[in-house]
Amino acid sequence: MARFILRRILWMLLVLFAISFITFGLMRAIPGGPFTGEKRLPAETLAALNAKYHLDQPLYIQYLTFIRDIVIPRVTTGEQSNYLDHEYLINISLPLGDRATLRWMNFGPTYSTIGRTVSDIFRENLPISMQLGFLAFFLSVVSGIPLGIISALRRNTLVDYAAMGVAVLGVSVPVIILAPVLQYLFGVQLKWLPISGWGKLQQVILPAFALGVANSALVARLTRASLLQVLSQDYIRTARAKGLPERRVVVGHALKNGLIPIVTVLGPTLAYLLCGTFIVETIFGIPGMGKFFVTSVTGRDYQVIMGTVLLLATFLVIANAVVDIVYIMLDPRIRQE
Amino acid sequence: MTTSGEPEPLKGVAQTQPSIRVKGRSLTADAFYRLSRNRAAIIGAIIIILNILAALLAPLIVPKAFDDASFKDSNGTPTWVTKLFPNMKPIEEGGYVKVRNNYLLGADGLGRDLLSRIVYGARVSLAVGIVTPVISLTVGLLVGLIAGYNGGWIDNLLMRFVDIMFAFPTYLLIILLMAVFRLGSSAHEPGSPIYALSQLDAAVGGLLFIFIGIGITSWMSDSRLVRGQVLSVRQNDYVLAAYALGAPTSRIILRHILPNIFGPLIIAETLAIPAYIGYEAFLSFIGLGVNPPTPSWGGMIAEGAPRIQSFPNQALFPALALFVLMFAFNFLGDGLRDAFDPTLRGRE
Repeated sequence: MARFILRRILWMLLVLFAISFITFGLMRAIPGGPFTGEKRLPAETLAALNAKYHLDQPLYIQYLTFIRDIVIPRVTTGEQSNYLDHEYLINISLPLGDRATLRWMNFGPTYSTIGRTVSDIFRENLPISMQLGFLAFFLSVVSGIPLGIISALRRNTLVDYAAMGVAVLGVSVPVIILAPVLQYLFGVQLKWLPISGWGKLQQVILPAFALGVANSALVARLTRASLLQVLSQDYIRTARAKGLPERRVVVGHALKNGLIPIVTVLGPTLAYLLCGTFIVETIFGIPGMGKFFVTSVTGRDYQVIMGTVLLLATFLVIANAVVDIVYIMLDPRIRQE
Repeated sequence: MTTSGEPEPLKGVAQTQPSIRVKGRSLTADAFYRLSRNRAAIIGAIIIILNILAALLAPLIVPKAFDDASFKDSNGTPTWVTKLFPNMKPIEEGGYVKVRNNYLLGADGLGRDLLSRIVYGARVSLAVGIVTPVISLTVGLLVGLIAGYNGGWIDNLLMRFVDIMFAFPTYLLIILLMAVFRLGSSAHEPGSPIYALSQLDAAVGGLLFIFIGIGITSWMSDSRLVRGQVLSVRQNDYVLAAYALGAPTSRIILRHILPNIFGPLIIAETLAIPAYIGYEAFLSFIGLGVNPPTPSWGGMIAEGAPRIQSFPNQALFPALALFVLMFAFNFLGDGLRDAFDPTLRGRE
């Protein structure tokens, strides 16, 4: 098991490295640069800006610098500018005197706002997306799994048809449709909830719902399909044959195995939800991470592009690794392989 | 198999009673029979056909050209829509809405007919729903075949690459690719391959890059599917026999392996179509989709969403169109899967 986890971690690092490389290549293939916007800058200004952000150096040096700044921790001592606190995501004061501070993960500056860094964005905007995403995830799990179980147990009854009808509806409705509909229905027509904004509890409900519905429907469909598959297995017949009450057959035997495929989907889903989504955050006016996924690319805000891609990729590979480990714990058959 | 209309052979007796004949039916015919009994799938198919007809005949059926803007009609709304959305009070009743009954669904902020734009928008969504699967299927098939057939280090390398692509956040990859294709495509010098592509892309309203962008971010599951199938089909004796008879690799792949793996692939791609249509809507929403003024439902929703309080029709009608089409593809995809998936047989 320990060897498995170690191999998994090494592979994760390799994947992240590859993703950063691909992203860097694609990003620099976008014509133009961060300072070639609508306003034409004088050539000297442009050169000075590029020099300030080291954009005049060869590409491979820029890439290696970027990786070095993130990966290699450093200890700073003595009089130091507090800009360092902004640059690094992790700053820990060490009990060594002389204001020794351990700093790690410098994602660099954003070119769109002077003095702001990618770490600042992570610190300020990411928690908002995470709160929203976690709520949406929670909603989809507590509604999707029970719905799927009920459907599977009452297969081909009215309950099943109704639940799966709603689920197909939910899967078919992307947030791009759902968000304006919810806004109109509950915000404009019924006036129950605010249309947009962030900070009050009422303002979280609509966006969390908009984000959660599709997942909830997906989880419900998966739960039903997976449970049905399990219920037709021989060991379920054995359990019934030996006279176990149906409750225990379902809870003890079917559910435990039936939930494994759902875990596979839930892991990456959670990763995506926590990192924020562009559409929901735009439509509901939420100051989360979502907008940076798009604005960083359209504005060639290189460090932000790299930062957001790596953030989401890290969440994803961790989620997938956790899923694999949970898999092994849930299913002894895999453990033996 | 009780779905057959033919007389059933008696159980246990059938083998010894050759007088009772059951007409054979191929697996595919059987599957299509089941599909035709699936009401949801049929409704889905009908909706898709209607959409295709509307898209093809768009110039004949729309009341106005999709880019015909008339400022005096901007945000004009017909009476029935003002009744449907009670907060849209006409100016005559002390509200803010210009009543224009010659626009069946209303006009957008530039005074363009919503209905015409929605009908033309079907072209974009359908084109994405039909062409993208072909691209994704082609790439997935190639990679999967090469990996599965060759095995060894080629297989290993390709599959690790697939793993990495899977870990790449899809939406971000699409945004990046579209940015590479789109932003400042004029910056490329004439004669370069990207320039030639962007000329072609501009000629089809910006669709080409959307096909490519979505296609090359969604082939990975196909390639895994193909590889797995090739590995298992390769073990079969008939492949070994073909090999022993000296059949060339291309023939073994085309005649013996491909027909076996095509069914699951088609089903997987059909099920993915709503996602592709959703990607296009997303790209148009963020402004990296089709070139204006070509109408796309996603772009229309993006334009309408900020004004949903005053003019809900401008976001909700295109949203409804998008919803209906995605719903139809979902129904058809589910129906296809249920019809072809042998594990579901005989359980209904």
